[in-house]
Amino acid sequence: EFRRFSLERSKPGKFEEFYGLLQHVHKIPNVDVLVGYTDIHGDLLPINNDDNYHKAVSTANPLLRIFIQRKEDADYSAFGTDTVSRKKNVLSNVLRPDNHRKKAHVVISMPQDFRPVSSIIDVDILPESHRRVRLYKYGTDKPLGFYIRDGSSVRVTPHGLEKVPGIFISRLVPGGLAQSTGLLAVNDEVLEVNGIEVSGKSLDQVTDMMIANSRNLIVTVRPANQRNNVVRNSRTSGSSGQSTESSLPSSTPNVLGQLQGEEESDEEDIVIEDSGEPQQIPKAAPASESVESLSQIELLHESTQNGFLPSTENLSRSAGSISMECKVAEQGRKSLEEDGTIITL
Amino acid sequence: MRRFLRPGHDPVRERLKRDLFQFNKTVEHGFPHQPSALGYSPFLRLMAIGTRSGAIKLYGAPGVEFMGLHEENNTVMQIHFIPDQCQLVTLLDDNSLHLWSLKQQGGASELREEHRFTLKGPPGSPPSATQVTAVLPHSSREVLYLGTESGSIFVAELPWLRVLEGRTISPEAVLQRIPEDNCNRRSCELVEALQEHPKNPDQILIGYSRGLIVLWDLQSNQATQHFLGSQQLENLYWQRDGSKFISCHYDGSYTQWPVSSDNKQSEPLENTVPYGPFPCKAISKIYWQTTKNGLPYIIFQGGMPRASYGDRHSISVIHGSQQTAFDFTSRVIDFFIIFSSDPAAEFDDPSALVALAEEELVVIDLKSAGWPAVHPPYLASLHCSAITCSHHVSNIPLKLWERIISAGSKQNMHYSSMPWPIDGGTNIAPDPPQRDLLLTGHEDGTVRFWDASGVCLHLLYKLSTVRVFLTDADPNDNMNTLGEDEWPPLRKVGTFDPYSDDPRLGIQKIYLCKYSGYLAVAGTAGQVLVMELNDEDAEHVVDHAEADLLQDQEGYRWKGHEKLKTRDGPVRFEAGFQPFVLVQCQPPAVVTSLALHSEWKLVAFGTSHGFGLFDHQQKRLVFVKCTLHPSDQLALEGPLSRVKSLKKSLRQSFRRIRRSRVSSRKRRGAAGNASEEMELAPVQRKIEARSAEDSFTGFVRTLYFADTFLRDSSRHCPSLWAGTNGGTVYAFCLRVPPAERRMDEPVRAEQAKEIQLMHRAPVVGILVLDGRSTPLPEPLEVAHDLSKSPDMQGSHQLLVVSEEQFKVFTLPKVSSKLKLKLTALEGCRVRKVTVANFGSCKTDDYSENDLAVLTNLGDIQIISLPFLKLQIRYPCIRKEDVSGIASCVFTKYGQGFYLISPSEFERFSLSTKWLVEPRCIVDMPEVTSNNHMHNKSGTENAARKSRGSGKSPGDCEEEDEGKSGRLMEHALLNDEKVLKEIQSTLEGGRGRDHIPTAPRSRTLSIRIQELCRKKFGKKSVRTWTK
Repeated sequence: EFRRFSLERSKPGKFEEFYGLLQHVHKIPNVDVLVGYTDIHGDLLPINNDDNYHKAVSTANPLLRIFIQRKEDADYSAFGTDTVSRKKNVLSNVLRPDNHRKKAHVVISMPQDFRPVSSIIDVDILPESHRRVRLYKYGTDKPLGFYIRDGSSVRVTPHGLEKVPGIFISRLVPGGLAQSTGLLAVNDEVLEVNGIEVSGKSLDQVTDMMIANSRNLIVTVRPANQRNNVVRNSRTSGSSGQSTESSLPSSTPNVLGQLQGEEESDEEDIVIEDSGEPQQIPKAAPASESVESLSQIELLHESTQNGFLPSTENLSRSAGSISMECKVAEQGRKSLEEDGTIITL
Repeated sequence: MRRFLRPGHDPVRERLKRDLFQFNKTVEHGFPHQPSALGYSPFLRLMAIGTRSGAIKLYGAPGVEFMGLHEENNTVMQIHFIPDQCQLVTLLDDNSLHLWSLKQQGGASELREEHRFTLKGPPGSPPSATQVTAVLPHSSREVLYLGTESGSIFVAELPWLRVLEGRTISPEAVLQRIPEDNCNRRSCELVEALQEHPKNPDQILIGYSRGLIVLWDLQSNQATQHFLGSQQLENLYWQRDGSKFISCHYDGSYTQWPVSSDNKQSEPLENTVPYGPFPCKAISKIYWQTTKNGLPYIIFQGGMPRASYGDRHSISVIHGSQQTAFDFTSRVIDFFIIFSSDPAAEFDDPSALVALAEEELVVIDLKSAGWPAVHPPYLASLHCSAITCSHHVSNIPLKLWERIISAGSKQNMHYSSMPWPIDGGTNIAPDPPQRDLLLTGHEDGTVRFWDASGVCLHLLYKLSTVRVFLTDADPNDNMNTLGEDEWPPLRKVGTFDPYSDDPRLGIQKIYLCKYSGYLAVAGTAGQVLVMELNDEDAEHVVDHAEADLLQDQEGYRWKGHEKLKTRDGPVRFEAGFQPFVLVQCQPPAVVTSLALHSEWKLVAFGTSHGFGLFDHQQKRLVFVKCTLHPSDQLALEGPLSRVKSLKKSLRQSFRRIRRSRVSSRKRRGAAGNASEEMELAPVQRKIEARSAEDSFTGFVRTLYFADTFLRDSSRHCPSLWAGTNGGTVYAFCLRVPPAERRMDEPVRAEQAKEIQLMHRAPVVGILVLDGRSTPLPEPLEVAHDLSKSPDMQGSHQLLVVSEEQFKVFTLPKVSSKLKLKLTALEGCRVRKVTVANFGSCKTDDYSENDLAVLTNLGDIQIISLPFLKLQIRYPCIRKEDVSGIASCVFTKYGQGFYLISPSEFERFSLSTKWLVEPRCIVDMPEVTSNNHMHNKSGTENAARKSRGSGKSPGDCEEEDEGKSGRLMEHALLNDEKVLKEIQSTLEGGRGRDHIPTAPRSRTLSIRIQELCRKKFGKKSVRTWTK
């Protein structure tokens, strides 16, 4: 069932209070539940302590969609990693839990305490010697923590071997995101930044490009150490989350053509994030251009407004809205509207 | 779907783009950087200046100018015009000679390099044998005489610059007829001067460095007379009638020698040390000019007493009992005298002295009493005091223009009324289509108003803000105090004065409203002055207010400079812009943005701490807003003081020296680590997302007034927008009382919106587009019927330009509509952005508004409005040229200016319609009777010349011409000093918008010299009269 209520953004209070509020709103005072929310990227993320609760509230704009699951029925796999791509599953899991009822399993640790920090993507279309790494900067206060430098690399060209200038990772900050992933190393050559080739660009240009994309940085590198490359045909880990790519032709020996094809898909990757971003600011009409996963959410959201109630007993969905802009749907928030703040992307 | 439409697919649009946009670097304004040589043609009445980067620039009548660049980018050592020709020869420091000529093509003259030549000696001879030290273009126009270090004089044939082997005048030949007891081989080392006899072209005077002077007969090929000077020779000058000549010497003396055919060895007539008896510096050049009244003008460079005045750069003029030593602000490169060029005239009758100093050109009127200076129409020293900012205003109304000119003319009373004496050539460029003003702010607290309508950047008016403040410098401390009996009779000339007494006075932002004549000026110590134009002198009190931008912040300490002290009581202001309001920001940090709305009578200003709004009608502060992040310690404490940073840089340079000396030895401890970090810094870059806690996020980058729909879509209201370095946009809703109650009711402001760009890049521009997607007009533009009133029916849009992205939002409800992510795609950042209006060159009725954008890579991009599509991109400035990029200013009609050196603006145009470039003709004046004896050879020569030019491949020349702009910059880059400057600016701080500091450090040593001089030499800085 769905509930809609408002919260004061500036004073969200403690998680315990919020938990109590949810139980109160849904009239389930004695049921243990898992609380989750969808963040701006469409990921389903847990709320189980003050920190991620505050984080959740701060990302709301204007709506914060919260999912509540009864603890014993909870499907932990629904949380976290790349829920964008698996949203369908997540939602179907959540909506029709009977089909997917999990065997009782031992929970070693709370998976919802974890978030992805990085992933290797596009393994199927990249040459084996290359690695495309995505760093999830959002949600962490960890610095990206790496440095790049100028250098030169040897390329095979029609005229034989040629020494060309390149950009390399020069330093990893201990404890930084880049180092903690283990996917990037000193002396890896940077080939692309978010799908744009860096050849012919200066160190400063590449720096600016990386910083401009720092919220969702995808770097393609040629690792200095080629021994740890991802082996082909074992793509079951789910680390590559881009469902669109599976439709792309599988790798061909032609490196150049492949890189270009990939660039296209990567541009779309950027677009996914981009179209996701404006979600943060109020829009009169929902974004029609959003990708499938997001429209799923929108759809659900709309169906909720239309009064359609999914007949599940262990899920309730509440949409808490926090908005500083004047919204007709919201009452009793006039005082905030006056000196309000808009957060946009 | 719009993003799938790539630019360049629409042929109609492509054609239109060709009609609208076109990139040209059109003209260089200002004073050439590092001039090294000067030449003058009395025949063409053109002056030529050569620079250390290998450029030559020719100037004639205002608007007549030519530029050429030697491919070698070597220093131009000498420039000599070929007598009675449109040709000149340059000598570079690599010992190459270049022949340039002015050719007419397509109705205008062009300067082209025709031939080049390097003198080669016999195999095995030392390079000094052919090192050219003196050049004499012979009046026959057939040959050049080239004096060398070895003492030989080579003869090169024009125009091919081919050496005529048989005609070389060797030292041996010269010594043949000179008694051996007087001279030996060593007397003939190094030819210092070569001068042709003014009446007899067959005789030339050869001066050797050690003092021997020989009169050489070209017909008989032998020395007819010799003169033994006891002192090292510097230069020679023939008197007009050829009966005497003057030599000037290293010891500060000059000697007159008689010339007569019967005397083989002459004794000097007169030997004078003008500034004796104590040892004097060399006199490097001398003129002896005859006049009707019999009293000659003796004009020479140098000769000052070595001990007390050895550091002065002087040119002395002696005429009877009048004597003045003009004291220049920088080293004198060379000078010439403009005198009667009519060969029939009996006397020289000098009219003007033209002196080229390192930093400025000074012209002295020798005809008027007191020898006043002449106001040059070009070659203005833009850098009299270092330029700190610039502001361009297009299309000035005639009324304001006239008022500014009249205010300026009152300042220029001390100049001579003599018409500009260098007046060769004809300017055939069309009259400038409109009156444009370029305003430059300077480090010494002055604002200079330049006429930027045409090719000659001409100073109209100079405004000083210093009077409002109490400074250490006493304005009554006049360096030109006249005193009798002072010796030597020095008189300061020139305006170059790079020594700011108080760097806080520096101007940082300028805003001029051309309709109302209101001017707002903001400076380094947080001072904001609002001025209005008054045609009369006036004495009044300046209203003073303080804006505390840190109101609610506590626990900080401002460690930067103090605010400026103001003068109490009424202050006398000369006619022109007179301040009536002074707002001082607290803390007194540099004003980083400024906006003036002359209709609402409001001025907004921002610093690194916040911004404020001041009502200059009621003289009341409306509000202040602190933008500071509490953790931003750097901004709280203020920038490092100048002393500190100087210390730091000194320390660094010492470290560098030490490092190179003990490179092998390992350094230990923290200091060692720190310097290693420093070493690595240039080659590696940190990749980190911007965070709210970064430094200088509160730095206000842009302020903008707009009448738009801020709250709801039915009512529009005045609003103020501010953008910060941290990617925040604040919008304030203003309530301005109607005109009839403007003085009674207060202006109110209320914050309406705050937008945080998630990429947190600095906001560099804010703009509101009206219902027709046209940028809102400037204040009062509609009231003066110069613009359509904005469309208030359709919905307005907000354009926010950050360093990384362009974003269009809807109004009043802010939602993202469109964006262009420049940095993510291209890795470049926006440095400057302006709306420019582009007209089509094909049809008069089509024009459109686009964004002109300069990036940190020095590229200029044109981006369409409102769809944010990249139209075209041109490389413009080298990306290493940080000060060039920082100084760039766009005009409203698609032109722009940027500094290519501290003293020169390059003008460029992006528009097909608005193009200001020199276009001029230099005609060969009629050959005068002087040359009757050479008529035959002259015509022959001309015929040969035309054949010669036919040979030179035309396409190659065109290519040269195209290159020249690029090469010029390249030349500057080659210069070590410029490189250092660039480097020091780069070190100043990456990623921040920095104020170039390099000129300061560069001039430091000069500054110390100047201070010493002020201290010890002040008493003697007097001018001697009668």
